[in-house]
Amino acid sequence: MSKMKAVYGEGTDSYSFKVKLKSGILLAWFIILTIICLLPIYILLVNATRSNDAISGGFSLIPGGYFGKNFDSMKNSEYVKPIFNALIGYKNSAIITVFATFLTVFFSAMTSYGIHVYDFKLKDVAYTFILMIMMVPVQVTSAGFVNFMIKIHLANTYWPLILPAIAAPAVVFFMSSYMKSSFPLDIVEAARIDGCTEFRTFLQIAIPMMKPAIAVQAIFAFVANWNNFYTPSMILVSGKLEQKTLPMMIQAVQSSDKFTDYGVVYTCIAVSIIPIIIAYIALSRFIIEGVALGGVKE
Amino acid sequence: MASSAQSRIKSISYAKYGYIFILPFFIVYFFFQLWPLINTFIISFQGNGADAGKWVGFDNYKAILSSTVYDKAKVLSGDKAERAKMALAAQHDAFTRDFGNTLILWIGNFIPQIILSLTLAVWFTDSKLKIPGKGFFKVIMYMPNIITAASVAVLFLSLCSESKYGAFNQILHSMGVVSDPAKDPVKFVTGIGTARGVIMFIQTWMWFGNTMIMLMSGIMGINPSLFEAASIDGANSTQVFFKITLPLLSPIMVYTLVTSMIGGLQMFDIPYLYHTGNTVNQHVETVAIYIYNHFHQTVGSAPNYGYSGAASVVLFIVTLILGSITFYMNRDVEAIKKKKQRKLLEKQLKAQNKLGGFNI
Repeated sequence: MSKMKAVYGEGTDSYSFKVKLKSGILLAWFIILTIICLLPIYILLVNATRSNDAISGGFSLIPGGYFGKNFDSMKNSEYVKPIFNALIGYKNSAIITVFATFLTVFFSAMTSYGIHVYDFKLKDVAYTFILMIMMVPVQVTSAGFVNFMIKIHLANTYWPLILPAIAAPAVVFFMSSYMKSSFPLDIVEAARIDGCTEFRTFLQIAIPMMKPAIAVQAIFAFVANWNNFYTPSMILVSGKLEQKTLPMMIQAVQSSDKFTDYGVVYTCIAVSIIPIIIAYIALSRFIIEGVALGGVKE
Repeated sequence: MASSAQSRIKSISYAKYGYIFILPFFIVYFFFQLWPLINTFIISFQGNGADAGKWVGFDNYKAILSSTVYDKAKVLSGDKAERAKMALAAQHDAFTRDFGNTLILWIGNFIPQIILSLTLAVWFTDSKLKIPGKGFFKVIMYMPNIITAASVAVLFLSLCSESKYGAFNQILHSMGVVSDPAKDPVKFVTGIGTARGVIMFIQTWMWFGNTMIMLMSGIMGINPSLFEAASIDGANSTQVFFKITLPLLSPIMVYTLVTSMIGGLQMFDIPYLYHTGNTVNQHVETVAIYIYNHFHQTVGSAPNYGYSGAASVVLFIVTLILGSITFYMNRDVEAIKKKKQRKLLEKQLKAQNKLGGFNI
C-alpha cells in the first residue's frame, strides 16, 4: 500500500507540476500576445495626448496633457477643417451603415424564410445559386459596377452603397442554416389554421424566433459597413467633405502632405476608432459567440 | 391524423409566396451584382481611356497576360507604334508584379496566422490546462479585427514613420539598433522587404483572432470521448494534436485556407493606404489596387475600364476555381445521398405502378 502510494503520489505530483509549468508558460505567451494586440492602440491613445514636439522627442508610454489642444486643432485648424470633420463623418457613416444593415438582415431573413418554408419548383435552383455566388468578391464586379452607376447617374449618391445590401448571399446562407435547425414548419401550419396571412406569419412569428441569428448578422453587417472603405471611395468621387464617410476622411488625412502635426494625426485616428472599440467592448461576448457560430460548418 | 380542414389547407399551393419572398433578393442581385459582373466582362473587351466603348476583342487580356517586346531606341525617336507597345508592356509588368505581390503578401500573412491561431485554439480548448482569464484573452485577441482597416493602416503608417516621429524607430533607437531616427531610420515604409513585412504583420495582427475562434469552434465540435480515449491510452499532447485534432479538423482547415485565399486576393485597404507621397508603394501594390486605380476616376485622366475589366475577369476565374473547391468541400454529402435514394425509390415506385396497371 505504502509502496503504491509512493509510486502514484509521486506520479500525480510530477504530473500536476508539469501541467502547472505548461500553464504558466502559456499564460506568459498569452500575455505577450495581448500586449502585441493592445500596444499599437495604446501608443495611438498616448500620442493623441501629446504635442508634436513631444512625439518627435521620443517614445513614451505615459499620456501627456495635450489632448484638449490636439482636439481643438483637429476641429479648427485650417489644414484639418477642410478634410476631416468627425461629426460629418460619423453622420454619413451612420446613415449608410444603419440603412444597409437593416436591409441586409431584413431581406436575408425574408429570402431564407421563403426558401425554407415554401415548396416551389425553383427552390433548389435558387438556394444552389445563392451558395455559388457567396464567394464572388466585390473587386471582381467593381469595375462594371462603377461604370454602370455612372451611366445611370447614381455615382456620388448613397443609393449604390445602401440598396445592394438587400442581396447578401452569405447572410442568407447563415440564416437558412439557422432556420433549418430551429424553425419548425408546424408553427407556420398552426398560424395558417388560425387565419394568419403569410406576411404576418413572417413578421410576427418568424422574425422574433430568428432574433439570435438576426442579432449576430446585424452586428457583422454593421461592422463591415462601418469599416468599408473600398465601395464608398469608388462611388463617392466628388471629393466633397459633406459626403465623405469616416474611412474616406482618414484616407484624406493620410494623403494630405500639409499634415505635419503628428499629435493631430493620432487624434484624428483615435476619434475614428474609439466608437467602434467602445461598441466592441460592450458587445464582445456576443460578437465572439457569433464568430464561433459562423465557423461551425453545416 | 390529419383532419379534413388540415388536409384542405395542405392542398392549397403556397408556392407563389415562395417566389414573392425571394424576389427582392434576386431583383437587387441581378441589378446591382450580376449585371455589373456581366458589364465587367463587356468592358474587358472594350478600349481604354478615350477609346472607352470601342470593341477591341482580346487586346486587354493580351496586354496584361502576355509580354510585349518593344524597341527602346524607336520609342526615344518618337515612333508612335513602338510607344503604344511600350505602354502595353508596362501594363503586363504592372499586372504580373501586382499578382506576385498579392501572392507574397497572402502567403506571408497566412502561414504565421495559421500557426498562431491553431496553437492558440488547441491550448484554449485544452481542459487539462489551468489558465485564468481565457475569455479576456479571446476578447483582446479578436479586437484588432473589428477596427476600421483604413484607420489601422494610417495608424501603422504613423507608427512606422521614417522620421524622428516614428514610434517604432524611436523604440529601436532606445534599444540601440538605430543610431538616429531622423537621419538613419529603418525604412519601414519605403523599403521592399520591410514594407511587405509590416503589411504581413498588420494582416496577421488583424486576422489571427478571427481564425483562432473559428478553429476553436471546430475543435469543440470534435467528439470529446476521442480525446478521453487517447489520454487513457497514454497519448501525450503532441500525439493527440497530430493524430486526432489535426485530421478531424482538416475540413475546417481547408475552409479557412480557401476563404483566406479569396480574402487575400481582395486585399486592398491596408496596402493601398500604407505609403507616403502620392503613389502606392509598388512593392505592396495588389491586384485589387491595380483594378481600382484603373477604373477610379482621377482628375485629368479618363479611366482605363478595359484593363480594369480584364484584370477583374482574371481575378474572377481564380476565385471561381477556389470557390468551387470550398463548395465541393462544403456540400452536404448525406443530403445528396438521401436525394439520390429518394429519386431511385420514386423510379421504382413508378415502375411498379406501371406493372400494377398491367395486372389489373
